[in-house]
Amino acid sequence: MELVQIQRRLVDYTKSLFMEGFLDAQFLQLQQLQDDSNPDFVFEVVSLFFEDSEKLLNELTIALDQPNVDFKKLDSHVHQLKGSSSSIGAQRVKNACIAFRNYCDVQNIEGCLTCLQQVKQECYLVKNKFETLFRLEQQIMASGGSVPTIELGF
Amino acid sequence: MEVAGEVLASESQLHVLAVDDSHVDRKVIEKLLKISSCKVTTVESGARALQFLGLDEEKGSLGFNGLKVNLIMTDYSMPGMTGYELLKKIKRSSAFREIPVVIMSSENILTRIDRYISKS
Repeated sequence: MELVQIQRRLVDYTKSLFMEGFLDAQFLQLQQLQDDSNPDFVFEVVSLFFEDSEKLLNELTIALDQPNVDFKKLDSHVHQLKGSSSSIGAQRVKNACIAFRNYCDVQNIEGCLTCLQQVKQECYLVKNKFETLFRLEQQIMASGGSVPTIELGF
Repeated sequence: MEVAGEVLASESQLHVLAVDDSHVDRKVIEKLLKISSCKVTTVESGARALQFLGLDEEKGSLGFNGLKVNLIMTDYSMPGMTGYELLKKIKRSSAFREIPVVIMSSENILTRIDRYISKS
């Protein structure tokens, strides 16, 4: 595929992620922080998020598996996940966390279990999206091109 | 001496101490501040922040590197010590009470915000 085609594909793909709600404006803020002194910044932050989220999701699974569920601890973990997903612009994960916290508040175990599945699903989905995004970026860089920046006014 | 060199070189730059338990947020804050030409030190907790400032009674001046802190930015909700508790401890110290402290929070709770303003 020609460089211009891959660049076009990246732009379209990124826009679709916004349209489908996977990403929000915070992701653009993150991209704006990236510069020549740290060209892998976004990749590093996103990778960090998935490392953290894996641990948190494990903690949540264990916490919900206890005979006496500690809702305060549960809420604390979800709050952390909500915060970090929000920081990278992973909107659907963030929203799933908000719903999860509501069930923690009313101590509804069934609701929490459903939400946990939901959050896991959203993390899985957005991880795949990011992998595709980074792969396209790598293809562009390998072809000697530069990664096009997305403007918010679309 | 290395420390003296750092202090001289950085006198024109603001040194910000950023406190956040989230690894992701620490990385983002660090980048944001560096892009704004600030010198940054990130720590993961209020306890570590106090250690860095040399205010931790138990551990002594562990980590204090002689570089003056001009601003402290802290997350509100952290395990152990909240950002508010950290603020109170800093304001109680004669050495550091003049340093502006910014508390960051994703929760928009007015009563909490009012309480912080009256304390600082």
